[in-house]
Amino acid sequence: MKIHYDVEGGEFISAGVASSKLKKTLKQLGISPNVIRKVSICMYEAEINMVIHADGGVIDVEITPENIEILIKDEGPGIEDLDLAMQVGYSTASSKAREMGFGAGMGLPNIKRHSDGMKIETKVGEGTKLELIFNIK
Amino acid sequence: MEEIFHSVRLDIDKCIGCTDCIKRCPTEAIRVRNGKAHIMDERCIDCGMCIRICRNHAKKAVTEPLDSINDYKFKVAIPAPTLYTQFRNVVDPNIILTALKRLGFDEVFEVARAAEIITEESKKILAKGKIPKPVISSACPAIVKLIQIRFPSLIPNILPIISPKEAMARYAKKYLVRKGIKKEDIGVFFISPCAAKVTNSKQPQVIDESYVDGVISLKEIYLKLVPVIKTIKEPEILQMSSNTGIGWAHTGGEGYASGIENHIAVDGIENVIKILEKVENGKLDDVNFIECLACVGGCLGGPLTVENCFVSSNRMDRIKKFNENNKDNYIKRNIPLFDEKIDLYWSKPLQTKQVMKLDDDVEKAIEKLEQLEEIYDMLPKIDCGSCGAPTCRALAEDIVCGKAHIEDCVFMLRQKVRDMAEQMVTLAQKMPPSISKENTNGGTKII
Repeated sequence: MKIHYDVEGGEFISAGVASSKLKKTLKQLGISPNVIRKVSICMYEAEINMVIHADGGVIDVEITPENIEILIKDEGPGIEDLDLAMQVGYSTASSKAREMGFGAGMGLPNIKRHSDGMKIETKVGEGTKLELIFNIK
Repeated sequence: MEEIFHSVRLDIDKCIGCTDCIKRCPTEAIRVRNGKAHIMDERCIDCGMCIRICRNHAKKAVTEPLDSINDYKFKVAIPAPTLYTQFRNVVDPNIILTALKRLGFDEVFEVARAAEIITEESKKILAKGKIPKPVISSACPAIVKLIQIRFPSLIPNILPIISPKEAMARYAKKYLVRKGIKKEDIGVFFISPCAAKVTNSKQPQVIDESYVDGVISLKEIYLKLVPVIKTIKEPEILQMSSNTGIGWAHTGGEGYASGIENHIAVDGIENVIKILEKVENGKLDDVNFIECLACVGGCLGGPLTVENCFVSSNRMDRIKKFNENNKDNYIKRNIPLFDEKIDLYWSKPLQTKQVMKLDDDVEKAIEKLEQLEEIYDMLPKIDCGSCGAPTCRALAEDIVCGKAHIEDCVFMLRQKVRDMAEQMVTLAQKMPPSISKENTNGGTKII
């Protein structure tokens, strides 16, 4: 099954709505708590990243009995140095975002650590596409 | 399968089938059917939110009557510290403990004292650092059940230690048996501020058997204690606890007692859900300990209490001050009640309860979820509750699971009636060809 979420940009307070909804859906499917936890962490990080850096975007989820595939797309500024962005603690978040407690530079490394597969495509000035995969069984 | 026990019950005669309770239940465990609320046993966590919200007092908690202590030869009361905060102008716990004895109890042991021992044990576990952070307190049984149902991925974060009431029941029985009283003659009664602790005593999930023989509601005992308290001039010295244990009754009390730095104390089930969502998203890994309490004000706000929790909080402060000022005047009761050999840990793991899932088979669950989304798209999404489900989405779930019909939605029903009426009008206009007439320029045309 396919699910689509629109993520609004700049809304720090309401960020996390899509990940919350997906979590509820996965619980209804009886997906194991361990997988749900991993998806929650990645989805939330990705959603926050989109809010902070890219003025929102879209999330498309496809769930099959074997796996969960999540495609996160934005038309934001893109990531200048991907190697740096993958380093723990590195962040280009604005001071406003940091004041809100975001932008600790854990987003992408956390996503990589908790997903079963991660592919990232980014182009400066055009946006970022993140593909995540989680095995159900 | 073992039958599920719940303290929270419905008084069917008082229920008017309004939608107040279905809207506030944190696990969407209530539906209105045939004009009455129905609690779904497998989803209920006994938090008492429905008891609090019901304007007709149709929800109640089943507890033992005080008379039930007479089933035992040796009657022991183990009061929750919340009891101390219910009486105007009483700040000395000894007065309340003495009054309990006058009601017919042979012994009184404070749960607050066991809370101090549990605190020490918790500190040891936390120091080992083996439980994933943030460690979540297991003190509130409604929260433990909430995690089981809504946040199963957080089960490993829960502190696997028994509750103070359970610990005190164990200590009390062992001590009394050592004093020569037969085990079967001893009845240990917990005086409870909440329904979840009643359920938790009747059907513990993480230990084989509870040592608590009965639970009496704080409300019931309050009424009986009021006249007795007035007669007590010289109380017996029965108090063993200090402010650390008594403070457990209030939000933040457990964290304060343990001295754990960097902890969160959150109360009110809706606030707790928000915090647990954050934990599930991995956003609070830098916090050491989280104390979650289902009721606002912690146990002081329990649904079986008498006094407003904010007033109780003020009393708690006065009791603590009294204890501080009388440290030297009162020599606390010191008896060999505590035994290091008594196990304070869970004897079995807490199981996940996947009550939200649509089907055991993932493939079928996906199919049902797709149907659910289609149905949800048709519904008005205003969550009016008229269908008896808390939200339009919950109605869609119920329809997919065969427990409701789309016509249960008043808007869908009206739409259907309108469609049918339109069809009837169209049908009514279709006359049999033999009698059908149509005017054309004053003449008659045979169709």
